[in-house]
Amino acid sequence: MNRRELLKMISAATGTAMIGGGALLSGCSREPSDSDISTAQLVFSANDVQLLDEIAETILPRTDTPGAKDAQVGQFMTVYVRDCYTEEEQNLFHSGLVQLQETSLATYGQEFIDLEAEQRLELVRELDTQAKTQLAESDQPHYFTMFKQLTLFGFFTSEPGATQALRYVAVPGRYDGCMDYEEGDRGWAT
Amino acid sequence: MAENHYDAIVVGSGISGGWAAKELTEKGLKVLLLERGRNIEHIKDYQNAQKESWDYPHRGHRTQEMIDKHPVLKRDYPLNEQTQGMWVDEQKSPYIEEKRFDWFRGYHVGGRSLLWGRQSYRWSQTDFEANIRDGLAVDWPIRYEDLAPWYSYVERFAGISGSKEGLDILPDGEFLPPMQLNCVEKDVANCIKEKFNGQRHMFIGRVANITQAKPEQNRVDCQYRNKCWLGCPYGAYFSTQSATLPAAMKTGNLTLRPYSIVTQVLYDKDKKKARGVEVLDAENHQTYEYTADVVFLNASTLNSTWILMNSATDIWPDGLGSSSGELGHNVMDHHLRAGAEGDVEGYEDKYYYGRRPNGFYVPRFRNINGDNRDYLRGFGYQGRASRERWDREVAELSIGADFKQALSEPGQWTIGMGGFGEILPDHDNHVSLSHEVKDAWGLPVLSFSVELKENELAMRKDMTQDAVDMLEAAGVKNVRGYDREYGVGMGIHEMGTARMGRDPKTSVLNGFNQIWDAPNVFVTDGACMTSASCVNPSLTYMALTARAVDYAVKELKKGTLA
Repeated sequence: MNRRELLKMISAATGTAMIGGGALLSGCSREPSDSDISTAQLVFSANDVQLLDEIAETILPRTDTPGAKDAQVGQFMTVYVRDCYTEEEQNLFHSGLVQLQETSLATYGQEFIDLEAEQRLELVRELDTQAKTQLAESDQPHYFTMFKQLTLFGFFTSEPGATQALRYVAVPGRYDGCMDYEEGDRGWAT
Repeated sequence: MAENHYDAIVVGSGISGGWAAKELTEKGLKVLLLERGRNIEHIKDYQNAQKESWDYPHRGHRTQEMIDKHPVLKRDYPLNEQTQGMWVDEQKSPYIEEKRFDWFRGYHVGGRSLLWGRQSYRWSQTDFEANIRDGLAVDWPIRYEDLAPWYSYVERFAGISGSKEGLDILPDGEFLPPMQLNCVEKDVANCIKEKFNGQRHMFIGRVANITQAKPEQNRVDCQYRNKCWLGCPYGAYFSTQSATLPAAMKTGNLTLRPYSIVTQVLYDKDKKKARGVEVLDAENHQTYEYTADVVFLNASTLNSTWILMNSATDIWPDGLGSSSGELGHNVMDHHLRAGAEGDVEGYEDKYYYGRRPNGFYVPRFRNINGDNRDYLRGFGYQGRASRERWDREVAELSIGADFKQALSEPGQWTIGMGGFGEILPDHDNHVSLSHEVKDAWGLPVLSFSVELKENELAMRKDMTQDAVDMLEAAGVKNVRGYDREYGVGMGIHEMGTARMGRDPKTSVLNGFNQIWDAPNVFVTDGACMTSASCVNPSLTYMALTARAVDYAVKELKKGTLA
């Protein structure tokens, strides 16, 4: 039955099913988009990767364990979006990057990358709230839900995330169904 | 022609074909094992077995390209980055869905024995008597006592771990030491036993993962990596590659021929027997004939039937074994995706170590021991308890260091169980051969007309509600029953279409899996099943195969098949 566990790859942390290749999990099949945005516009630049890294780092910062940037989450996101998202989803993700910059400029007069840590946190918190509100009210995901899902997924399945923020033993060798646990002990990666 | 003659031909190298090859070669027969797909060598070709999540570009998830290429596989979990390439190429091997049918196929040496869920249960006497008791379909030509010694025989070799429970509905076997329930599962199991007066049981799954090494087979005990479906470098779970194929090879009597699509059984009208098979080489598209004294069809339930439908059509228009009118009919599966899940309070100071490739099992309790429902037969449950991981919701925290810290710790315990329900044999549920669509080799394809009927739909209500009741009785909180979309075939337990029986007028095979119309052809995969039970079927295919081979070789020696 554990072969069925992959079905549980639902990102409850963001309140919705994983967007992209896991689309079946939400039971919806998406028709190909007839969007007129050319695929050339759906390519990520080095600046995009840097911006995504900073957004991800704001969500999951380096503490006494590695953060999102250490796990190269920005780079991962670009690969996942390119290969696992539908064109429609890619459009939303790319336009989200533009919108986030516009919000940053309108609110702080600077690009996200130039903001102070506190300002980044403030802006990302605001987007998180907006995203949660939108999820409650509509079927259309907010772009920030995508950023957050991929940050969590990309980080906790990365080597630093899985082995340092979480715990991972490649070959456990045995099973103990009643191991003692103390608060603060790290969780298993899988 | 002489170099193309063998004592026996086995078609298909999955769970049952591997067993047929092992048993036949160990009894001294020269055997040709034909497999339509590529070869996969044990350990060497398990390309993802040592990969970690971060080694996959998409961390195991499916890409849009994969989705586009797999219109059927995408309907469930099998389509993922980890097992990519282990499932059939749907572009090359299409089929027709008059009604939706989720057919998940593995076309390679080992077949789905590399990908199976490994849950291994004996059928009960109740299962073998089900059809005659209900006055449905036809009676099984065998009873539990016919198969019991063969269950023991295959269990000892395959290696099944499990606990003895003394239940008639789920007979005990020759088990290796059981895996452990975790502490939440143990307590829930005790509660259920108490609250349901000993009528419902929950215990560790019986699984074909060995808990003690089998050095004579070069198999190491389970290392609790839970990566079985990538191929096990320890040989810790039963597969053709880890167990039956090496045993067959060791005899020196086996020839394995991959890329060999068997297009038909060659039938000798005068002798009223098969003389061999025709093979289409999947790579060079050449046709070859191989002859043998006896043929075992183990091509997987629906493909064994496909071969029969495509054979001897000059005598029987609907194919070899079709004289009863039952060939292709009575398609069954196990219907699933109905059950319940909930949250467990407490146990914050408990966790687990290791990734157990197994869960708990709740055997059937409906329509036995005096229980009577408004539907026939019953269902079992499989499930597990675990602590939530990083992909859970964390109240009040959503961004930043505290959020990361919270997700780095395990969450609360949760528990879930899903039903596996019996589907009745129904003549109306059938496959047929269509010449309108051809596969990449120009061969006709199967057309499916199968659906759940009233009995299954009524049962699903209990599958959900009984799970809710049991979890609530055990003190589980926030219990959520579910009945999710199920497409027939999704259980990946296809059965029927060439059923065993007592009468050639109403069945395709006799009590030893011989085709009534061609006694030197045996079908011992899921096609032979007369009813479906609610337990996972593979162990039964193994036992039926070993029994049929034993019979076939005795008959060969007596000269009755020659």
